[in-house]
Amino acid sequence: MTGLTFELLCMQLLTGIALGSIYALLALGLCLIFGMLNVVNFAHGAFFMVGAFLGVYFLGVTGNFWFSLVLTPLLTGCLGLVTERFLVRPLYGRGLDYPLLLTFGLSYVLIELMRITFGIEGLPSITPDGLKGTVNVGIGYFPKYRLFLIAATALIVLGIWFLIQKTRYGLIIKAGAVDQEIVKVLGVDIAKVWLLVFGLGCAIAGLSGILASPTRSVNPEMGVPILAESFVVTVVGGMGSPVGAVVAGLLVGIVYSMTSLFYPDLAELSIFVLMAVVLLIRPQGLFGKAGAMG
Amino acid sequence: MNSFFQLITQHRVLASTLFLAVFPFIMPYEALAVNILIFGLFAMGFNLLFGYMGLLSFGHAAFLGIGSYLTGISIVHYELGWGTAIIVGVIGAAVGGLIMGFLAIRTRGIYFSMVTLALGQIVYYIFYKAESLTGGENGLRGVRVDSFNIFGIPVDFLNPLIKYYIILFFVVIAMWLISRILNSPLGAVMEAIRENEKRAAACGFDVAKTKLLVFILSAAICGLAGSLRALHLSIVPIDSLNYLQSGQAVMMSILGGMGTFFGPFVGAAVMLYLEDVVTTFTKYWMAVIGLIFMFFVLFFPKGIWGTILSKLQIHQDSK
Repeated sequence: MTGLTFELLCMQLLTGIALGSIYALLALGLCLIFGMLNVVNFAHGAFFMVGAFLGVYFLGVTGNFWFSLVLTPLLTGCLGLVTERFLVRPLYGRGLDYPLLLTFGLSYVLIELMRITFGIEGLPSITPDGLKGTVNVGIGYFPKYRLFLIAATALIVLGIWFLIQKTRYGLIIKAGAVDQEIVKVLGVDIAKVWLLVFGLGCAIAGLSGILASPTRSVNPEMGVPILAESFVVTVVGGMGSPVGAVVAGLLVGIVYSMTSLFYPDLAELSIFVLMAVVLLIRPQGLFGKAGAMG
Repeated sequence: MNSFFQLITQHRVLASTLFLAVFPFIMPYEALAVNILIFGLFAMGFNLLFGYMGLLSFGHAAFLGIGSYLTGISIVHYELGWGTAIIVGVIGAAVGGLIMGFLAIRTRGIYFSMVTLALGQIVYYIFYKAESLTGGENGLRGVRVDSFNIFGIPVDFLNPLIKYYIILFFVVIAMWLISRILNSPLGAVMEAIRENEKRAAACGFDVAKTKLLVFILSAAICGLAGSLRALHLSIVPIDSLNYLQSGQAVMMSILGGMGTFFGPFVGAAVMLYLEDVVTTFTKYWMAVIGLIFMFFVLFFPKGIWGTILSKLQIHQDSK
């Protein structure tokens, strides 16, 4: 292959990490909710899509990217709170399939709501002013926004790590994931913790939506393929493992962008093949515990 | 009333056949009846796995799609007869079920749903990219079957009522097969696995093999639904492979009543009839069905048919 240089490979690697950042965030949100509530949020892609729409809308109205970056996850988080409180909570104790089915129905409603509000065409994505253009990263020019995306993801992941590992709330979340009965006995209102964790997961989904919006087209169906992709990340990383979610997210992003460099037609397929290989060799995922997939 | 329901659950294939024989006359138009017939079969095939064995697959669109595409490709590109084309579609779906099932049954529970959804997307991308054979984004066009001979008798496939009865013929065979499976020892093992997988394994049943076998059977039935759909629509839209299509089978099973014989068909009929009515008022059908579905999950998890049966206290699992 002519023109294939070390620089090009590195640039493609960076692109992969930027894409993988979005995957990592999405999988992290799924993982938080699953680890705590044993619920797979099938509306996660829809929350991502709502986040992208709200982000672009607020950016267009206010012109301030940082403002919408804060407001959007707050709103999708609130939507998550309402969802948990009124739709998911009545289903606890009725079999693991029911919350999954319910959130699947919810994704239909959210897709249609965005179509009604913003039209079926979607919104033109906007790159915030300060982050337009490219910047020399030593080996070539790389889009500024994607660098920002990588940095922002690193910050968010660090923040969540800090929350879980270093604070009292994190202790409760970790304890609740191991044994909710004991946590209840110790005087923690576990229902409130579940509510907040679900909200947090949806807030992260919305945040990844607005972060991803300048790099892809914003339309009501954008959450449909991304849900499948974030499932791939979750399966590769191992269900319920936050480290696995982040590592697998980056890995899947890199595999995608490297394949699209060599065989553009196979890029979408490559990540699913990766998942199939992981299933064959290590069904519990790279960071999952054996037997913890039931 | 009670004994009536008892009777039809005891002779479920006969009762379904009789009902379906008059069904097109109570529908507003035949094409809708054909559609309900095909999606009823799709949901029944899905329900074999979900309702009777407790495995919630979100990848069954793959088998509907494989059936449709292989039948379509056989007719469009290889000019095979419609009968052969259907066989190709069903076998293709069964092989797809073997591969997907082999990977998916390595996981359990919620994990299984996620893996089947992702594996289904592989099939989507394969058919999407194989543009020269499948037409890619535009779908496969020109699956035209106008007329053919059955034992020398010419049949006009463009007549919607005749088309309905020909498709019904295949659906009845499939229903008989499903009923036969459920009444067999295999059916009992399936329900044992649904109720308690560990206990079934402890009783000496090969859980993995049973799961794979039922996965393949379910895939083949969904593939048949796909093949028939290709003949009915004379095009194969790429959307038939999307996981939202898998979700349709899930929705139909829940609306009608999962784990009941006739439930998925009731679900398909209600959903498609509603869609037909609602879309004349509003184009926001997805929101309407999403809300209805959520309502059923929350308040009527047994579905329409399942609720009727349980109100009348009919145990339909034994027969």
